[in-house]
Amino acid sequence: MNAKVSLENMSVHFGGNHAVKSVNLDFPANSVTAIIGPSGCGKSTLLRSINRMHDLVPTARVSGRITLDGKDIYGAGVDPVSIRRTIGMVFQKPNPFPAMSIHDNVVAGYKLNNTLKRSEADEIVESSLRRVALWDEVKDRLKSSAMDLSGGQQQRLCIARTIAVQPEVILMDEPCSALDPIATLKIEELVEELKEQYTVIIVTHNMQQAARVSDSTAFMYMGEMVESGPTKKIFTNPEMKQTEDYITGRFG
Amino acid sequence: MQQQDLILGNKTMTSEQTHAETVAAPGRAGDRIFRRLTAFFALSILAILLLMIWQMTRESLPSITAFGGKFLTGSEWDAVQEEFGALPFLFGSVISSVLAILLATPLSVATALLITEIVPHRLGSAIASLVELLAAIPSVIYGLWGVLVMAPWLQRSVQPWLVDHFGFLPFFEGAPYGVSMMAGVLILAVMIVPIITAISREVLLAVPRSQREAAVALGATRWEAIRIAVLPYGKSGILGAVILGLGRAIGETMAVTMVIGNTPQISWSLLSPAYTMPSVIANEFAETTAKIHTAALMEIGLILLAVTLLINILARLLIWSVTKGQKQGAA
Ligand SMILES: Nc1ncnc2c1ncn2[C@@H]1O[C@H](COP(=O)(O)OP(=O)(O)O)[C@@H](O)[C@H]1O
Ligand SMILES: [Mg+2]
Repeated sequence: MNAKVSLENMSVHFGGNHAVKSVNLDFPANSVTAIIGPSGCGKSTLLRSINRMHDLVPTARVSGRITLDGKDIYGAGVDPVSIRRTIGMVFQKPNPFPAMSIHDNVVAGYKLNNTLKRSEADEIVESSLRRVALWDEVKDRLKSSAMDLSGGQQQRLCIARTIAVQPEVILMDEPCSALDPIATLKIEELVEELKEQYTVIIVTHNMQQAARVSDSTAFMYMGEMVESGPTKKIFTNPEMKQTEDYITGRFG
Repeated sequence: MQQQDLILGNKTMTSEQTHAETVAAPGRAGDRIFRRLTAFFALSILAILLLMIWQMTRESLPSITAFGGKFLTGSEWDAVQEEFGALPFLFGSVISSVLAILLATPLSVATALLITEIVPHRLGSAIASLVELLAAIPSVIYGLWGVLVMAPWLQRSVQPWLVDHFGFLPFFEGAPYGVSMMAGVLILAVMIVPIITAISREVLLAVPRSQREAAVALGATRWEAIRIAVLPYGKSGILGAVILGLGRAIGETMAVTMVIGNTPQISWSLLSPAYTMPSVIANEFAETTAKIHTAALMEIGLILLAVTLLINILARLLIWSVTKGQKQGAA
């Protein structure tokens, strides 16, 4: 299988804290990969190294190789801004821009790189919102503040905002942890659909969620990648004892 | 007792309540006294303010009845003829403060952004404390520096150059005196930069990290993240800071009095001397002879008080609305 994103001996240090330890992992194109593991094991840290978010943290150091379509994203002369346009990210807590309308939130990222006409903007807003199944709920109030939406709607708005930039990979860091079960279900359905067009990497501490939405699963523990493989196999017949203990709820 | 309570079940509650009340009684009395005392002090501040307004209104009554609305529109200020119009002072205060704000705001916001977004955290804190130190300098020191250093420099180099190159504009007409509206504006700007910077910095620090990350993850550069996420999030707080600065500028007396030239005239030229409301009160109050003169100065004081109160209330409301929004808004 050809890997869209791949980690080779990838480590992340925060000062003296070795948070992610020499991880090797491939993320196949057009599929959903779940990263699971107990809190503090380095899931977010690993995810954030893929779109170079650690560039914002002075103490963070990423080593090893991360490739996108075979090209090193930390290579010399690679612009982190263009990496982040290709590899979008959805955060744990919905974080729409509160000063912007729903409409402006959707095109906030897109407008950074393109000067667009009104009609174009409207088109992108509609298609992005349709993509996240939010269009029917908000089409009559596109001008109102994004803060008027419920948490689940805000999170879908944030996904729409990410999609509008036309990324190839979407990173999601526990996108449902602040949402109620119904909103969670909607996001999960959306994740299933997104893989047709994008490569999705989703961090979750919810194993049922990982089992439901992902094609492959990677289990991390204390900064190390313990085991990865097809989701079915990880959940029914894991090779490592630690993995089994975790998915059967014996720790974590 | 305990045993009985348990057995009686339902009654337990009430008996325990009375028990608690008797035990807590002394504490509650202390609470009550403390609450009344704080309420008394809080109210006495309000009372002092109201008393001040009442007293000032009473003292300015002769002027209010003699000149009525003409007090605000007249530009004659003549103690001998007992003719008093406050327009030049109103003009001087408003123009000098507004121009100072226009000058200080970009400078302050840029400094706050530099401190919070651009330089490393430690250096940012160091710059911030330096800026706050500026706020602690007594205004008479600013005034001295203004009159001994800045005004002569303006007179020697800046103003002649402006006259030579832009003298055709009404704003740079006339002879360069040094002490002038321009000197007043500059000294005010320097004096309000620290407060606007300090509050803007706090507003920017309160912008959640998730907002910056949202912008950066969309492919925003550092500057773009500031533009689409940080500044919009902090905009009403910064506006509050600016308005607070405006209040400071309008009420500032000493430094402005020393450099603005103290001439009651309405001129659009920045090179002309001007006069402000606090300055005329400070300069003339000690040497009034006529009752009407005192009353006129009181009325100016009343106007000044009203303007600054209004500005402060507006600023507080804005800052308050921001902090409230942050509690409810996206984290
Ligand atoms: N910005 C940071 N600065 C310093 N240490 C960090 C930072 N972010 C994460 N860490 C550390 O990295 C480790 C892994 O954290 P994280 O990736 O957030 O775990 P998870 O997402 O699996 O709960 C933790 O020990 C945490 O303290
Ligand atoms: Mg995490």
